[in-house]
Amino acid sequence: MARIELDLAHAYRPNPQTDADYALLPLKMTFEDGGAYALLGPSGCGKTTMLNIMSGLLVPSQGSVRFDGKDVTADTPQQRNIAQVFQFPVIYDTMTVAENLGFPLRNRKVAPDQIKKRVGEIAEMLEMSGQLNQRASGLSADEKQKISLGRGLVRPDVSAVLFDEPLTVIDPHLKWQLRRKLKQIHRELKLTLIYVTHDQVEALTFAQQVVVMTRGRAVQMGPAADLFERPSHTFVGHFIGSPGMNFLPGQVDDSGVHLCGVNVGLPVSGVPLPAGEITLGIRPEYVQIVSPQTPGALPMTVSQIRDVGTHLIVSATISGHAFKVRLQSTAVPFAVGEQVWFRVMGDKTCFYKNEEIVQ
Amino acid sequence: MNASNKPVNQKAWFLILPVLVCVAFSAILPLMTVVNYSVQDIISPERRVFVGTEWFAAIMRDEELHGALWRQLKFSFAVLALEIPLGILLALSMPAQGWKSSLALVVVSLSLLIPWNVVGTIWQIFGRTDIGLMGAALQGMGIEYSYTGNALHAWLTVLLMDVWHWTPLVALLGYAGLRSIPDAYYQAASIDGASKFDVFRYVQLPKMRGVLMIAVLLRFMDSFMIYTEPFVLTGGGPGNSTTFLSQFLTQKAVGQFDLGPAAAFSLIYFLIILLMCFILYNWMQRVGTQTKEVGHA
Repeated sequence: MARIELDLAHAYRPNPQTDADYALLPLKMTFEDGGAYALLGPSGCGKTTMLNIMSGLLVPSQGSVRFDGKDVTADTPQQRNIAQVFQFPVIYDTMTVAENLGFPLRNRKVAPDQIKKRVGEIAEMLEMSGQLNQRASGLSADEKQKISLGRGLVRPDVSAVLFDEPLTVIDPHLKWQLRRKLKQIHRELKLTLIYVTHDQVEALTFAQQVVVMTRGRAVQMGPAADLFERPSHTFVGHFIGSPGMNFLPGQVDDSGVHLCGVNVGLPVSGVPLPAGEITLGIRPEYVQIVSPQTPGALPMTVSQIRDVGTHLIVSATISGHAFKVRLQSTAVPFAVGEQVWFRVMGDKTCFYKNEEIVQ
Repeated sequence: MNASNKPVNQKAWFLILPVLVCVAFSAILPLMTVVNYSVQDIISPERRVFVGTEWFAAIMRDEELHGALWRQLKFSFAVLALEIPLGILLALSMPAQGWKSSLALVVVSLSLLIPWNVVGTIWQIFGRTDIGLMGAALQGMGIEYSYTGNALHAWLTVLLMDVWHWTPLVALLGYAGLRSIPDAYYQAASIDGASKFDVFRYVQLPKMRGVLMIAVLLRFMDSFMIYTEPFVLTGGGPGNSTTFLSQFLTQKAVGQFDLGPAAAFSLIYFLIILLMCFILYNWMQRVGTQTKEVGHA
């Protein structure tokens, strides 16, 4: 178990010139010992690169990786004592399930009876006890991936267990079950777990701390609530939540914020806003329907109303900008095409300048 | 959909008719002429006698055939025992990517492009003690090397020639098998702390199993039918130390014009190859599974 500190950048090609040449832009990050982390972002954002750098499969082109303060940048995965589970199941075809699970222990010269005990525990946890003597090659993709997970968890003394979208090939109902298992294992074994995914539900339910990444940058690290309530970057607001945060461009002067020709006043929270360009961000959940001309509200044209069962999603437009509102009630107080006033200035409203939050 | 819903239409048999006709002309009819010869004694086009299984009985008792068959089996198994491990070794040591891998592929496959009789001629010259590089070198080291005079030398030279000619095929197949292994397997093995040998034993070898099976079958069939190279190099000699089955057959059919026994033996030859391939294939299919079951009994 270890505290992992990253202070690095990585480019797959030599002599990176622009930001686009980097798979990972310069970043500083610390993963505390025993924490459950998720790296969340769309495909190609650099999350797998970051994971491979931590495990030692990849050496960063600049900077260092430290485990408990010790520089391990040049160490192999074996020296770092890392476990990693990959997106697609990797099993050793000619071995049985038990031999597969015990392989990492056997390679580290653990005594056979201890291996047997540990493999038994892991198999129990993954509900594979009945299949231990079966050949691994004949199993289904689900079961093979469970073996891969088991091999990642079998060593009790690892620095960290890294998961690279491990549940992609798993059936949805099993996914929930396995994710719960992983959380339980985390509580029991107190391992440092780092989990890469592009699925926000997976990330938010699994991890205590979520790192949101985009285009080689880690834009925010925090617990699920922070990412939802106060996204520090417009990408986080847009990526987390369903639907994502609404953004409206505007101007700030002494009298207030001007959005689409309406002065909505100054922020409720009292944060001082710099004069000039600003972007207002508000979650669809926090928008309120108000009577016309209410301060802090904007008139919008309703373009679509979708009933998704538990709530309504209302799409509206103002000066060509799309806007979404999530209503808890199932009764619709207006029809498509009508003009409705929505309040956008509240205590949950955030302001962004150059995509970064204004504190 | 269950089975009873399937429409019954016997006319569908007509769909396989074209294949049947093709196979009949390409394989079955020519084979029947051999069968025809094998059960008759044809003295002249007008005079023929049905002899039943007489030719089969006669050829099976032929001492020369026993010698050739035994020689052939030893040769084919020596070929497999040398070419498969060497081919795997070669495949493992070939660079994986970049211009080096392209270069390696071209260099390795060069010998495969040479026609059989040219291979024989090359080695005939290569092994000569007066002007051949290998022959002269061996002579220089004090070895009385002679592929025309010494039966063992002749046999070893033919074997070496086959290894030189065909190991690249095994290497190419093995290389293709190795390239199809996803990186994740190597990464996982490295995370699991596997040694280089473990990676070979538990990742590379099992993943190469399919292509190696093809390599074994191809090399077995080909070496079992070897004809041109030893014919050019040694002519089957000295004595009959390098007379393999197909050369024995040619001597019977073309040299002595014993068409009946030759036809009977052709059929037996064909059945031997079929049987050996069947045995090899089934053995290789099971080789991994059986050891496991024994290991965990």
